[in-house]
Amino acid sequence: MKKEKHLSRNEQYNIYVEAKIPKTKSFPSLIYSFLVGGVICMIGQGINDGLMAIFPTMGQEEANSWMLIILIFIASLLTGLGWYDRIGVFAGAGSIVPITGFSNSITSPAVEFKKEGIIFGLCVKMFSVAGPVIVCGLVISFITGIIYLFF
Amino acid sequence: MEMFLTYLKVFAVGGLICLLGQILIIKTKITSSRILVLFVCIGAVLEAVGLYEPIANFAKAGATVPITGFGRSLAKGAIQGVKEMGFLGAFAGGLTATAAGITCAVVAAFIFGLIFNSKTKKF
Repeated sequence: MKKEKHLSRNEQYNIYVEAKIPKTKSFPSLIYSFLVGGVICMIGQGINDGLMAIFPTMGQEEANSWMLIILIFIASLLTGLGWYDRIGVFAGAGSIVPITGFSNSITSPAVEFKKEGIIFGLCVKMFSVAGPVIVCGLVISFITGIIYLFF
Repeated sequence: MEMFLTYLKVFAVGGLICLLGQILIIKTKITSSRILVLFVCIGAVLEAVGLYEPIANFAKAGATVPITGFGRSLAKGAIQGVKEMGFLGAFAGGLTATAAGITCAVVAAFIFGLIFNSKTKKF
C-alpha cells in the first residue's frame, strides 16, 4: 500500500516535470540548428583559408588543427562570458554538435562549479560531460587500431 | 565562384550533420552528452570503414568542425600509429592525433573557469 502511494507520487512528479520543461518547437529548431551549425562550419573554413593565406608554408592538416584550436578557444571564451548559452537556447544541436559544443561542454561546468573549489569543483566537474566523450572515443580508437593491426 | 561553391558545400554538410543531431534530440529526447558520444563513435566508425575521407574531401571544414571530425581524428590517428609503431601505436595513436584539441579545450576551460563567475541564467 505504501509502495503504491510512493509510485503515484513519482508519477505525479514526472507529470510535473513534463509540464515544466521547455517545449522544443520542432520545426523552427530544425532550421536554426541547420543554419547555426552551417555558419559555425563556414567560420571554421574561413579561419582555415585565412591561416593558409597568411602562412603559405602551412599545410592543409596543420591549418586544420590550428583552426580547431582557435574555434575551441573562442567557444570557451564565449561560454565564460555567458554568450554561448544564448546561442544554444534556440540553436539546439547546431551549437552542440560542432567542436565548439565540445569546448562549451568542458568550460560550462568548470565555470559553474568553481564555487565548490578549484580542485574538487572546477577540475573534477570539468569532465562531467566531456569525460564520456573522450572515454568512448579513446576506446573506439583503440579498437580501430587493433582491428587494423590484425586484418 | 569556386570559393563560393566551397563555402556552400561547407555550410550544407556542416548544417546537415547538426540537423541530424537536432532530429535525434527531438525524436528521442537524448541528452547532449549522449549526442556527443554517439557522433564521435559514428565519426570513428565511418573513418575506419573509409567513408569519412571522401566526405572530408568534399566538404572540408563542414566535415572536420562537427564532433564527428573529432572521432575521425581518433580513428585516423590510431590507424596512423599502427602503421608507424605497430601494436604500441594502437594505444598511442588516437590521443596523439587529438592531443592539441583536448589540451586546448582543457587549458582554455581552466583559465576561463578561473576568470569568469557563473551568472544566473535569464531565460
